[in-house]
Amino acid sequence: MNPDTTLRTPYPMKVLKRGDIGAWPVVGALVAIAIIFSTLNDRFLSAQNLTTLALQMAATGTIALGIIMVLLLGEIDLSAGSVSGLCATVMTIVNVKQGWHPLASIGLALAAGAAIGLLHGFMLTRLRMPSFVVTLAGLMGWQGLLLYLLREGGTINLPFTGFISKLSDTWLPGWLSWLVVAGLVLGSGGVSLLNRVHRSRAGLPVTPVWWLGARSAGLAVLLGAGVLIMSADRGVPLLLVIFATLVVGFDLLLRHTAFGRHVYAVGGNAEAARRAGINVTRIRILAFMLGSTLAAAGGILAASRLSAVNQQSGGSDVLLMAIAAAVIGGTSLFGGRGRAYAALLGVLVIQSITSGMFLLSVDSSVRLMVTAAVLALAVAIDSLARKGPIR
Amino acid sequence: MISASGITKRYGAVQALDGASLDLRPGEVVALMGDNGAGKSTLVKAISGVVIPDAGTIAVDGAPVRIGGPRDAQALGIATVYQDLALCENLDVVGNLFLGAEDRFLRHIRMERATRDLLGQLDVRIRDIRVPVAMLSGGQRQSVAIARALLGSPRLVILDEPTAALGVEQTAQVLALIGRLRERGLAVLVVSHNLADVRAVSDRVAVLRLGRNAGVFGTATAAQEEIVAAITGAGA
Repeated sequence: MNPDTTLRTPYPMKVLKRGDIGAWPVVGALVAIAIIFSTLNDRFLSAQNLTTLALQMAATGTIALGIIMVLLLGEIDLSAGSVSGLCATVMTIVNVKQGWHPLASIGLALAAGAAIGLLHGFMLTRLRMPSFVVTLAGLMGWQGLLLYLLREGGTINLPFTGFISKLSDTWLPGWLSWLVVAGLVLGSGGVSLLNRVHRSRAGLPVTPVWWLGARSAGLAVLLGAGVLIMSADRGVPLLLVIFATLVVGFDLLLRHTAFGRHVYAVGGNAEAARRAGINVTRIRILAFMLGSTLAAAGGILAASRLSAVNQQSGGSDVLLMAIAAAVIGGTSLFGGRGRAYAALLGVLVIQSITSGMFLLSVDSSVRLMVTAAVLALAVAIDSLARKGPIR
Repeated sequence: MISASGITKRYGAVQALDGASLDLRPGEVVALMGDNGAGKSTLVKAISGVVIPDAGTIAVDGAPVRIGGPRDAQALGIATVYQDLALCENLDVVGNLFLGAEDRFLRHIRMERATRDLLGQLDVRIRDIRVPVAMLSGGQRQSVAIARALLGSPRLVILDEPTAALGVEQTAQVLALIGRLRERGLAVLVVSHNLADVRAVSDRVAVLRLGRNAGVFGTATAAQEEIVAAITGAGA
């Protein structure tokens, strides 16, 4: 056995050389945004503003998570905004007008999202239509259906004290937030320690203990700071917890299951995946179903915040911001590269810009241009990382 | 032993193969040579199940077998590494090696251990097997593709132009790897245009010309001119 293949220790420092620059540019962008806006306006980093920001992130972030599922295949979903609005409308109609139980209404909305994804996936794989066209048709068609369903009145209100509205007006009590933080830090630390033991038992290179400790400490500081700040205001919003749970869940799905690996494989080289015996059609359809279901979930969260659905639900810049968030977070448009955490990081960047501009009472024209510049920068970094000197 | 005999295949007006035969023994490297259009690829595809021949038989250890597709060939222990390698450049070495053969929930440690063991046995040097395959050299990628073919414990490995895109040093690495396949007791079939590579690595050279056998030579004993003459048909 040759030493080169067996002896190779710590990985973290080499990340930049891998052509996979990961999350570092986004983290840098976030720090820059925090510094710039907090010097321009001292309310930017206030507890109230950051809590509101957390609340605003959830809907767009959830839709962005769905976009990532599709981008990883090297496809695009332009219909996510319309689907989010339509599914939220379906939920609201059966809840308010038909008197369905809120949970049943939410279930129906998610099922509608899954069905739409199934239809898109079917058109993509069986009818061999490009995803751009399929979902462009979806963008217009589902928007049309939403307008049709809302044709009388144009707005349906959800009861303010109802379950669905309450979702976005529920705040974790302090003790529970701290319990969650402790659970996450100890849980993730314990798992990586256990993993380290198993690796060293199998004779595989392991990350140094200090690095695991530093990571856990970093996570503890980050989450602790978040809870501390939000507790000074209304507390940690349930909406943020829902969104974060989805992100963590999908990260585990992508990294630790055969399905997740196959999504990356299809995005990287569909022909190679097919020859390896992977059912490429099934993977594509499933990814589109997950994408549209997450869009529906995002629509539900948005409706909860608004306590209503109207003709603008899922319209205007919802789709654009979701795609921008996914890309700014580090998901490659070329397929096969990106992580679930991109949704969290990307939407954090976008909402921070939005929130900062709002505090400065800058016109939304400027906000769009700044967001555009950040998006362009993110894609440029991705392209350069991809085509840069490899090997 | 795997033997193909009397393999015939016609594509419309083109007679790609006209009764070609080939014997492949364990622990032996056979080079398949021939000019463009001689029928090399078609013969390889017939053995690996990608095309179904019009006539002829393929036998494993003397018993005729039916190869109706790539799956049949794989089940018989015939693994093929195509020229394009079919690797996912965004996945790491472990991901590529086990692609399509994972458990539902990935067992990272077991797969990485098996990968390291296999690469170690083959003496394939890759500094970090957790970087995307896109960052490996051409020779390393070829080695990964060959290692992947070995995971199914095949009896025959078919390599299609394994050195065509490689530089001198990388070529030497891959040829050394082919030698180690022979040491493991595998039958190896190498399709190649490069006479120097063929002489360096093979035990026998089988030449096809216009879909027919144009001679089988012992690599050690045949003169280069003989092989060239068989390829070009100059001697006929």
